[in-house]
Amino acid sequence: MQLSLGPLQYFWPRERTLAFYREAADWPVEIIYLGETVCSKRRELGTRDWIALAEELVGSGKQIVLSSLALIEAESELGVLKRLVGHGGFWIEANDLSAVQLCREQGLPFVGGPTLNIYNHHALALLMDDGLRRWVPGVEQGHVLLRELREAMQGAQRNMPQLELIAFGRLPLAYSARCFTARALDVAKDQCDFRCIEYPDGMPLATREGTPFLRINGIQIQGEEITDLGPELPTLRELGVDILRLYPQLDGMAEVVAHFDAARRAPAAPSRIGARNGYWHGEPGMQPSSLA
Amino acid sequence: MQLVCPAGNLPALQAAIDAGADAVYAGLRDQTNARAFPGLNFDDAELRAGMAYAHQRGRQVYLALNTYPDSARMSQWYAAVDKAAEFGCDAIIAAELAVLDYAARTHPAMKRHLSVQGSATTAAALRYMHERFGISRAVLPRVLSIQQVERLCEGSPVPLEVFAFGSLCIMVEGRCQLSSYVTGASPNRQGVCSPAKFVRWEEHADGRRSVRLNHVLIDRFEPQEPAGYPTVCKGRFEVGGEIFHALEEPTSLNTLELLPRLAQAGVAALKIEGRQRGVAYVGSVTRTWRAALDRYRDAPASWSLQPGWQPSLAQHAEGHQTTLGPYHRAWH
Repeated sequence: MQLSLGPLQYFWPRERTLAFYREAADWPVEIIYLGETVCSKRRELGTRDWIALAEELVGSGKQIVLSSLALIEAESELGVLKRLVGHGGFWIEANDLSAVQLCREQGLPFVGGPTLNIYNHHALALLMDDGLRRWVPGVEQGHVLLRELREAMQGAQRNMPQLELIAFGRLPLAYSARCFTARALDVAKDQCDFRCIEYPDGMPLATREGTPFLRINGIQIQGEEITDLGPELPTLRELGVDILRLYPQLDGMAEVVAHFDAARRAPAAPSRIGARNGYWHGEPGMQPSSLA
Repeated sequence: MQLVCPAGNLPALQAAIDAGADAVYAGLRDQTNARAFPGLNFDDAELRAGMAYAHQRGRQVYLALNTYPDSARMSQWYAAVDKAAEFGCDAIIAAELAVLDYAARTHPAMKRHLSVQGSATTAAALRYMHERFGISRAVLPRVLSIQQVERLCEGSPVPLEVFAFGSLCIMVEGRCQLSSYVTGASPNRQGVCSPAKFVRWEEHADGRRSVRLNHVLIDRFEPQEPAGYPTVCKGRFEVGGEIFHALEEPTSLNTLELLPRLAQAGVAALKIEGRQRGVAYVGSVTRTWRAALDRYRDAPASWSLQPGWQPSLAQHAEGHQTTLGPYHRAWH
């Protein structure tokens, strides 16, 4: 089983981002996803910088994948995507159908990201015909759906692509044209001053009873809980999961990687370091203990 | 521009047709569509009756099959596609790749519209759906500004339909997991956001009310304060020490003043949201938009908002408030 670092969902200062990935070059992860997936206005690292970082990190023996925006609205954003695909040296994590189409037109292999909405074997097979080589299921797909999909693929005599699951991190739940960070700070999105940089782990949102509920991250909404599928590793192995995705968090990421590195080598399930992911079990994504 | 109106049941379908809808969209009474509410939608006899009613008057019926089947349940969606073809629906509105692929292969003559749930926001994404599944129209997600809609009309391989009026999903449609995060019931898979069975109202001794969605407090209301249906995106929450509608207020989209721009951009159809709404809503909203469209057709250069149009629409809006939503940059 391999480990991956999912794309950085938050907006960090340039030096912090570069330092994070230089450190990550020495971590026991096989795959690193790079690039901006949430907001095209975040340019502490521009497209050229991300590509330069990708080329640098390839030297550390990692597989580098360039991740695309989940929501593309402007021509300029499509232009960035064309540059990522046009580079040709890296797989793309396609997080919307624009990216799928550009990869398909270019003949470039791609990873089907978690916002592609693949729920069944036939859709997966169609996208494999388009160049999908690896699939990261969406956040709400649990073990029952995956097991049935895998069996249906076998029935249709199709091989599964590599299967990568979100094993650690806050779940990305929704995207909007609106920037909720700007809304909370009462500034216009077009004059946002990139204030989400002040919230390197997102902005907490609680219910009126004070129960932590969601995280605001620009145009993205995440669940508050940092979920952890580590304790489900025996089931994940049985389901043929190839890669565990760990989403970068500001603090303690080296320890998180070390934890999962040890866990994948051990036969027994590791202890829990994050919240239970209800989705995996066919329940609400929020774990029961966080409900009031 | 065509006017496409919601039909949650047969009376609503008839009201929409009577009020001047060019087409109505409807769903079957199961999880194959995104308004799978109890008591809503069409059984076979009702669908046949509705189709006859529309077709006798030269109007069209589209069948919404816009949810996402998992592998174990695909035959149900395929059967719904077969039914649409058998009944002579003018088009299906679908989002999911396997459903579109099945329809294209099995019933190539039946038109396929890409649902808003398909989240196609660029010419490249539309090209994919067109080349792969031969869609003949796409409904755009409610995320684009009017300028972006105009540009996309130029670059799209297929005619475009946009939302004109109704409840406003503020998240990219088809990719919002807020409801399932709280309830476990997925809008994409089960066809309903904030299912009523998870809604719990609490009356307090002081007259205030609280509303929860599966235990999560969505909002609290003062005794006289109007209270809307509790979706996560329109609740009041605490952020940075302040309590407010952190994501969006209860409000509806209303693009009536943009009608000339949408027409000039080449938008093919305007969609009214609201299959969950009653006959009064459907009839009244359809009549207003019909009048506005007819007036534009007859005299585009001198078109202006007529007195009565906006107040009539506002009456049917969530919280009696309307917004231009994402069409207007300031909303973003």
